[in-house]
This record gives sequence, structure tokens and C-alpha cells, in this order.
Amino acid sequence: MGEIKLMKGNEALSEALIRAGCDGYFGYPITPQSEVIEYLSREANARTGMVVLQAESEVASINMVYGAAGTGRRVCTTSSSPGISLMQEGISYIASAELPCLVVNIVRGGPGLGTIQPSQADYFQATKGGGHGDYHMIVLAPYNVQEMVDHVKLGFELGEKYRTPVMILGDGALGQMMEKVELFEQMPRKTEFPDWATTGKKEGIHRSIITSLFIQPEVMEQVNLRLQAKYREIEKNEVLYQTINCEDADYIFTGFGLGSRIAMKAMEMAREKGHKVGLIRPITVYPFPYDIYKEFAGKVKGILDIEMNAGQMVEDVRLAVEGKTQVEFYGRMGGMIAGPDEVYEYFEEKFLGGK
Amino acid sequence: MTEESIFAGFGGQGILSMGMILAYAGMIEGKEVCWMPSYGPEMRGGTANATTIISDKSISSPIISRFDTVVALNQPSVDKFESKIKPGGTIIYDASNIINPPTRDDITIFGVAGSEAAINLKNMRVLNIVILGSFIAARKTVTPEAIMKALASVLPERYHHLLPVNQKAFEAGMELVINYK
Amino acid sequence: MSTIPNFIEIPVNPEIAQKEFEVYSKPSTLTDKPFHYCPGCGHSTVHKLLMEVVEEMGIQGDIVGVAPVGCSVFAYDYLDIDMQQAAHGRALAVATGIRRMLPDKLVFTYQGDGDLAAIGTAETLHAANRGENILTIFINNAVYGMTSGQMAPTTLEKMVTTTSPFGRDVSTQGYPLKISELLAMLPGVTYVTRQSVHTTANVRKTKKALRKAIELQQEGKGFCLVEVVSNCPSNWKMTPLQSQQFIQEKMIPFYPLGDIKTPEGK
Repeated sequence: MGEIKLMKGNEALSEALIRAGCDGYFGYPITPQSEVIEYLSREANARTGMVVLQAESEVASINMVYGAAGTGRRVCTTSSSPGISLMQEGISYIASAELPCLVVNIVRGGPGLGTIQPSQADYFQATKGGGHGDYHMIVLAPYNVQEMVDHVKLGFELGEKYRTPVMILGDGALGQMMEKVELFEQMPRKTEFPDWATTGKKEGIHRSIITSLFIQPEVMEQVNLRLQAKYREIEKNEVLYQTINCEDADYIFTGFGLGSRIAMKAMEMAREKGHKVGLIRPITVYPFPYDIYKEFAGKVKGILDIEMNAGQMVEDVRLAVEGKTQVEFYGRMGGMIAGPDEVYEYFEEKFLGGK
Repeated sequence: MTEESIFAGFGGQGILSMGMILAYAGMIEGKEVCWMPSYGPEMRGGTANATTIISDKSISSPIISRFDTVVALNQPSVDKFESKIKPGGTIIYDASNIINPPTRDDITIFGVAGSEAAINLKNMRVLNIVILGSFIAARKTVTPEAIMKALASVLPERYHHLLPVNQKAFEAGMELVINYK
Repeated sequence: MSTIPNFIEIPVNPEIAQKEFEVYSKPSTLTDKPFHYCPGCGHSTVHKLLMEVVEEMGIQGDIVGVAPVGCSVFAYDYLDIDMQQAAHGRALAVATGIRRMLPDKLVFTYQGDGDLAAIGTAETLHAANRGENILTIFINNAVYGMTSGQMAPTTLEKMVTTTSPFGRDVSTQGYPLKISELLAMLPGVTYVTRQSVHTTANVRKTKKALRKAIELQQEGKGFCLVEVVSNCPSNWKMTPLQSQQFIQEKMIPFYPLGDIKTPEGK
């Protein structure tokens, strides 16, 4: 059993970055995740020699990540929605150049400058590409502070396994709330680096070039085919989800991240009133767990999806069930969060014909 | 046992710390805990607040619609959260700061003279610890010992000379509830 | 229509092609790929000078370069060293990431005026201001070459480009930007010099400047900038020779050559 601490989500994530042997962090302050760069600036370098650099913008920080990732090191940036929008070009380059890195989005309400309150409105941007071109990031959706820690380690491992950018898609509430966490032991920083890394031309024949420019369409198509093959591998191997109370369920509540916890509470309320409700919680939102929804589509009377947005993941849920079951959505927007009571009432209204 | 509480008042009254110390004490006792500051639908309207959940089993939503206990250090907090208390629940408020006290008859109401107790200790900044004492006396969510241990852990070492006055404040707060008429 | 070959194979007479008769050879640090640059363009010369210095200093395995977006986007095809290609304007952010991870290596960016002084101004200024141990080689030809001749931040007043077809009007299009002088003001910047490659003498001076900059990098002295006033015969609609004259008569009077800041205290 590792060390147990009471920590804010943002601080727990920062601590996990240090412990995961992260070599470099490049970021720019933005609410509600500035605690990350503050924590790292205080703690990281003295403990592990990790580089922590406050960049002049999110555009610069993601490109610093590109350069640093190109040296084969473990690197990370964190931001919140408007900052992540600024990073999209860089993320597209990183995906194309096949560089592993971790990008954390502590989502706040938008569009525009929006609000600093928590939101899940960046689901489409995170899971469907976000920047230009055909690409994906692996997207992990923590639902508590413990997963903010665990996903850091998992994110680095998946990124390095597939040479791909990985996103942790949190929200302002997960960043600010405190919960008990079990921290993993300090991992050593890497001392061996992949041979594709630009660390100076190796003696003799080998040299490394990191680029996303393949100007001949025939070549660029091959690059795309390779990326797509990689995404199919990821979809086959890396889907993660959790189910609760689904065995006897007549209805299924679903949601990701914080939304899934509200759904969980509403499920508990429904169970107390004698309604057989289960829960599906995607842990990876890309790759999305289509199959588990498909499996229950014919068996349950309905699925209620709860998100902190206008209805984004619900499109994937509907794709998965292929019209075989009624899918309803309940969400609040712009930094407002649905309470479990209103979710439960919506469930009664939509599936039980009112009270 | 699950205690779903909210601490509410003006920013600067140490509202967030009250919940954080309680959460820390819960963790010391091996319970599941969740502390969430100023977020959720209940936050609008100028009050700082922290939802704090202590439970023997794992905690689902940190966003909750109804509370077992509301701790209110100003009038807007009473006005806003009185209706959100579960039937049979509890409200603890600082009587010195509130003009219109809660009126529900299906809840337990403690209007404690917290500010007076803090003034008696010549330190208004321990008001939050006074009220936390009242909370523990009323709800017994965690032991007083766990609270004091938590306080020592949460308070940076340079403030540890303030631990004795906090201890007194905490005890004064407990007495306000124990002797409540 | 005939296909134009990439380059023409010149038949070699083995009796003449002997080491003892050799009067010129390319540095071993350049690849065998022929340059794609237009005839007369300064890029090829600067590539070669840089790689000569790398060869002479024996640092081929110790240096990592960053190619920009612009005509030199394919610089890594020619420079036989580890390289990364950066998004438009972000070369110095990318280089910062590399250098911070590889504190024992030498890192340089190779950028044009649009990349360095328009879209990438923020990255340029802040990398310089942080005193990053990076050498920036800045090719100033006063025009966007790769996108075929639009106005650049360094385009001279009244100079005709495709987006200043009546000549750059400074009252609406702003003034030509002396970014090197601007950067020289920053305390993190060690060495700023402006050179050119339009005459043999200037080619030699540029090579010296590159060597000095790399030596300063080896000493960890902070940010260095070598600006090379160059040409763009294709987009200037000139012959190579006319373009060299234009450098002499128009560019250099506005962008005077020589050291702007040195560690010795100029």
C-alpha cells in the first residue's frame, strides 16, 4: 500500500507527474488548474531534477512539449479549455510526428472565455481529434482524485507504447476537490531513450528526424494509414470502463468523469426507491467502450446519459446502441452542474411516466 | 454512516478550512472523505462554501442536492441552504451574525454564539474552529481528538503556536452545543 | 511536355577525378541530396557554411537542429544531423524543449523572416529573453519565399511584393522590422550579428560568425542570433546577379552588416 494523503485533484496530479519520473513540464497559468504549475515549480526540480518551465503562451508550451518529446523524454503540459484550444495545432503535429506526451485538460465552461467553473464541454474536441487532420489522442477520463493520480502513470505508459499523445480529460471540480489518494512510489527518471529520439546523430549511419511534413500525397497517405492502423490497435486493446449494478438492471445511467459520479448518486437514489438501475462509466473516452453499451442495448429499457455539457458523449452512446434502446440525455452547461435530485427527477419523467 | 454537510459563509471566515479540517480528521479515522469548495449549483450568490462528505463507504457524487448538516456563518447562507436540509437534518449557525434565524420545524437548529466565544478568546479568526466544535458536538462525525490532530497537520508549522488557542476555541464551540437550551 | 529530372548526372572521368586534383568538396556533414533551392538563393550557401563549421568542429553528433516553415522547411534533407521540423513560428519553442531536455547538446534553429519575426515573434522574443542556450540562424530576404512572394515583416519600404503590389506603404502596412536590433537589447542575448552571403568576402565573414556563435553555445553563454541578409531572386523577379546588387544597394543600407552585440561588449 502506497502513501495515503488528502489532496486536491490538481495537486495530486502534479505529485503523480513528479513520481512518474516526468522529465519536463511546460505550461502557462490558467484557472482552474494553475495549482499544477505552482506545485511543480515548488517541488519538482529539487526532488527529481525535472524541468519545469513557464512558457509565454499555451502555443509555446505545446511546441516545447513537441521538442522535448522528440528527445524521447517523458513530458507533459496542462491547461484548461481556452488554453487547450490554442494547443490544437501543436497536438496535431505531435500526433502526426508520433511523439508520446501527456496533455491534461482541466475543463471549464465555454464557449469563448466562458467561465472558470467546471464543465465537460470539451469532449468532442478531445475525443474526435481536436486539431486538423485525421488523428486521435488516447483520452482518459478520471472520475475522482485517485484516478487523477493513476491516469498520469497510465497515460505515460500508453503514450510510450503507441507513440501517441494522451490526454487526461478532467474538469475544474476534479481539479479543486480534495479526496484521499494512494500515491505510487517515486519512479526513476528514464536513462535509456528510444532510437527515434533526436539526441545527436549516432555514430555511423543512424540519424533521427522528427517531422510531420510529407509533401507527396502518396507518402502522406501511407502516414495516415499507419496512424489509422495504430488507432485500430488502440481501440482493440485499450478500452477501459466500469460497470456497477448492471447484472439485473432495467435502466442504465451513464456519464464520464464527474458526470458519472452524479449519475452514480442518482442510481443510488433510484435503487432506494426500488428501481433497478445500473451504471456504465467509460474510463477511456477514446477509445470509447462501444461494445459494453451494445451488449446492454437489447436488454435494458433505457439509458440515461448525464454530462456537464449540451450532450456530447451521448452521440457515442447512441452510435453504440444503434437505436435498440431509448437513450435520454440530461446535462447542464456553462459551469452549472446537475444535482443528483434533478437527474433522478428527469429519469422518472422520461422513463417512469412522471411520478 | 454518511455525513453530507456544507459549510457556508463569507470569504475570509475560514469556511473552506472548516470543511478541510473535517475531511482530514475523517481520513485520520480511516473514513472515506470528499471536500469540494465553492462549486456546483449552490455556489451562486456571493457565499464561499465547501461541501464535505464523510462516510464509511465509498462516496459517489461530490455534488449533492440535500444535506444532513448545514453550517452557516452569515445570513445569505441560512437563506440559501435552510431549504436544502434533509428532514431530520441539522443547521448550525452563528447567532451573532444572523438576523433572521431558520424556521423549519423538521430539523434540529443550533444558533450558537460563536462570534462571542471568539471575542472572549480575543481572536475573531478562530470563529471557524468554534463553530467546528459545535458541529462535532452536534453531529459526532469524528472524534474531537481527530480534529485536533487534523488541525496540527493542516496548519503550517509557523502557525503551530496558535494550536492552544484553537484548542480552546474548539472546546468552547463544543460547549455551546452541549449546554444548548 | 518533358519531365525535368531532379538533377543531371555529370559523367565522371576517373582519370581526372582523383583526390590529388580536388579543389573543392562539400562537407561530409551535408547529405548527398541536391538542394531544391532556386538558383542563386542564399539558403544553399548558408546550409553549406553551417555544415562546414559543424564538420570542422567535430560536433555532428552533438548538435540538434530545428527546421522552420518556410523555404528551409526541408533543411533536414540536407543537414546530416538529428533534426526536428517545427510548426510555423514555433521553432524557438521546439528548440527550447529540446535544449532543456538535452543540456549537454548544441541546439540551433534555422528560420526565415516570416517565421521568426511575424508569426513567431512571441516565441523568438521570449526564448531570447530567457537567455536560452540556442543559436538562431535567421535568413532575412524580405519576402515570403515558399508561399511565392508575399510581404514579410522585413520587406523594405516601397518594396513590391504580391501583397504590397504598389510598394510597401508604411502608413498602412507598417515598417520593416529590425528584429535583430530589438533582440540585442535583451539581457539574455549574448551575440547578435548581421552578415550576408552575396560576395565571397561576406561568405567568409558569415562562416566566422557561425563558428563564433557555436563556440559561445559550447560555453553556455545564452542566446545567439546570426542574421544573414539574403536574396530571393525568384520572388524578387530578378536574376541572381541583380538580386546580389539589390542586397548591396537596397538591403544593406537599411540592414547594415556587422556585429550588433558581442559578449566582448559591443
